[in-house]
Amino acid sequence: MSSDHNPIISVRNLVKRFGLKTILRGLSFEVEKGEFVALLGPNGAGKTTFLRILASLSRPAAGRVTVSGFSLPSQAAAVRRQIGVVSHLPLLYGDLTAEENLRFYARMYSIPNPDARINDVLDMVGLTARRRDLVRTYSRGMQQRLAIGRAVLHDPEIMLFDEPFTGLDQDACAMLGDVLREVAARSRTVVMTSHDLSRAADLASRFDVISRGIITASAHSQDMDTDLLLSFYRDAIGAK
Amino acid sequence: MGKSQISIRRSFSGYARAVWAILWKDLAAELRGREMLSAMLVFALLVILIFNFALELDAKTRTSVTSGVLWVTFAFAGTLGLNRSMAMEKDRGCLDGLLLTPVDRSAIYFGKALSNLAFMLIVEVIVLPVYSILYNTNLFNPGLIMVILLGSIGYVGVGTLLASMAVQTRTRDILLPILLFPVVLPVLIAAVKASSGFLQSIPMSEIWPWLNILIVYDIIFIAVAFMVFDFVVEE
Amino acid sequence: MEPKPTLLKILDIVSIVLLLIATGMVFFYTPVEAVMGQVQKVFYFHVAAGWVGMLSFLAAAFAGIMYLIKSDRKWDIVGLSAVEIGLVFAFINIITGSIWARPIWNTWWTWDPRLTTATIMMLIYAAYLMLRAGIEDLDRRARFGAVYAIVGFLSVPLTFFSARLFRTIHPVVVGTNQPGAEGSFDMTAKMLQTFLFSLLVFSFIFADLLWHRIRLGRLADKVEQLKLKTME
Repeated sequence: MSSDHNPIISVRNLVKRFGLKTILRGLSFEVEKGEFVALLGPNGAGKTTFLRILASLSRPAAGRVTVSGFSLPSQAAAVRRQIGVVSHLPLLYGDLTAEENLRFYARMYSIPNPDARINDVLDMVGLTARRRDLVRTYSRGMQQRLAIGRAVLHDPEIMLFDEPFTGLDQDACAMLGDVLREVAARSRTVVMTSHDLSRAADLASRFDVISRGIITASAHSQDMDTDLLLSFYRDAIGAK
Repeated sequence: MGKSQISIRRSFSGYARAVWAILWKDLAAELRGREMLSAMLVFALLVILIFNFALELDAKTRTSVTSGVLWVTFAFAGTLGLNRSMAMEKDRGCLDGLLLTPVDRSAIYFGKALSNLAFMLIVEVIVLPVYSILYNTNLFNPGLIMVILLGSIGYVGVGTLLASMAVQTRTRDILLPILLFPVVLPVLIAAVKASSGFLQSIPMSEIWPWLNILIVYDIIFIAVAFMVFDFVVEE
Repeated sequence: MEPKPTLLKILDIVSIVLLLIATGMVFFYTPVEAVMGQVQKVFYFHVAAGWVGMLSFLAAAFAGIMYLIKSDRKWDIVGLSAVEIGLVFAFINIITGSIWARPIWNTWWTWDPRLTTATIMMLIYAAYLMLRAGIEDLDRRARFGAVYAIVGFLSVPLTFFSARLFRTIHPVVVGTNQPGAEGSFDMTAKMLQTFLFSLLVFSFIFADLLWHRIRLGRLADKVEQLKLKTME
């Protein structure tokens, strides 16, 4: 490791408990700026829990978590400015229009020149034509796209995606994939959890596998054939 | 200006902007469909109607029970509003959306409490003249208005906190009245007595103790809610 | 499994002995009150039970604050135990109050501020338990319980003052006699001793039951943990 090795996300020995159950057991994890990491793993492995901790929505029980130079949970507010989160729930108000939703979040993030930014974002996710429609009239795919718009509104360095393709049909998935690629392209760092190996293979530059509360394997996509991905994954979760 | 002064001012205006944003969002969303307001209003009028038959409000007894009827009505209609307002955040995971913004959690509390207060006041402002007309009583009394304001603040101050908890449980809607009513009793008792006092024009010296209770309650519970709200929304 | 600590065993015996002594004192040591007769003797345990009810409430609120600060599960168990015990004693308080009231005031119930507040306290206890029952997540259950215990505890004095103010402005005559304050009969020295002794005894019983219930809670947690271990 060079002396100025400065990962944008650094996690050491993270422990998280829910009641009496330990979900994350001393998980360690590092992401360099610009990487697109796909976090794979079976249900209950702790993917969503881990992502929520990175998103500052959940507090670690023990361990060190540093995001963008700020540590969690003490500097959570600073971390929040640097991250954009897309989960399988859209985090949007159904009774407001797309534009109103974005305007609300622009206020909450104290974004300068909100109108211009909102226009840009709507353009990027392809929803300018339907900006004055209520979100509850949107299809699931459109809601997810607007959700991504909400997540990039404040131009965060890091994107966290939690199972973003859930509940989408083929077309919507393809469209979402395009948007994600564009979002990631602007030298953003991305951590994405996914069940869907093929989607992950398409987008990610690195694959990490979580099993039973720790990372059991990590590989760069350039070092791996996509057909080998499945066996890589199976080995990683089978390993004790 | 020093750097720390600028950042304090910036964070305060950010805080105020967040509170205002939440208030505006709730008002905008509600005024569009008006589902919650209509439900609260219709419910309030139904409650008054039921009281009409249950209590036989003839002209004489009316003066003594008016404030009781009004406050029972407000208390019940209020739970509808509180439930709905917090359920809106639970829906589609919006609460997480709020928690992801870089503002202090208490700003969320104040924003929601203010919007809950706004809705409750809107309902009260409509119920008062309707009641006046139905029962030929003059309710346009500045003292009464002040009591309604103080009482609603207390009700909503505690109600917003408890509704935030109730909405995260399995039993949701039915749990809120059970949690809220025993704890908000001082507000109801004091509000009813003070309202009666103003309506019957009894001397201010006798009304003051009730107003004091309302003010003390409002201050204590808003302060407590401010301090514990983090624990109610975060993990 | 941890065996019952020796101190707890001693406390059990001490509590039982004290209770027997107190009962003896109530029936044989104290005089029969002139106006009210035998039924007045309910008073000793009635007030003591009420005292424990309030003590439990304070303990629950304190445990709530400690849990929010420390996030240590043991404070959650203390809070829950205090509420469960408090609920029982508050109930005893109300029932014995009713038994006392009936022959004296010719009514089972009066809206006297103390009784009203005691009932409200019981309702808050019940609401606390219902709140916990509706939550699956153990951490959330503990946090919400703590918050409600604090909020509930703070509201009770205000309810009491409101109810009392309500009474002085509109005194309501209930039954044939005006319900009076505690000192509606003069206490002789023997009565005072028994009264204070009863308070002490019930405090011991409270501590004993609390310790037992906390132990029960901790053991239940241990069982859960072992269950989870075997499932992996």
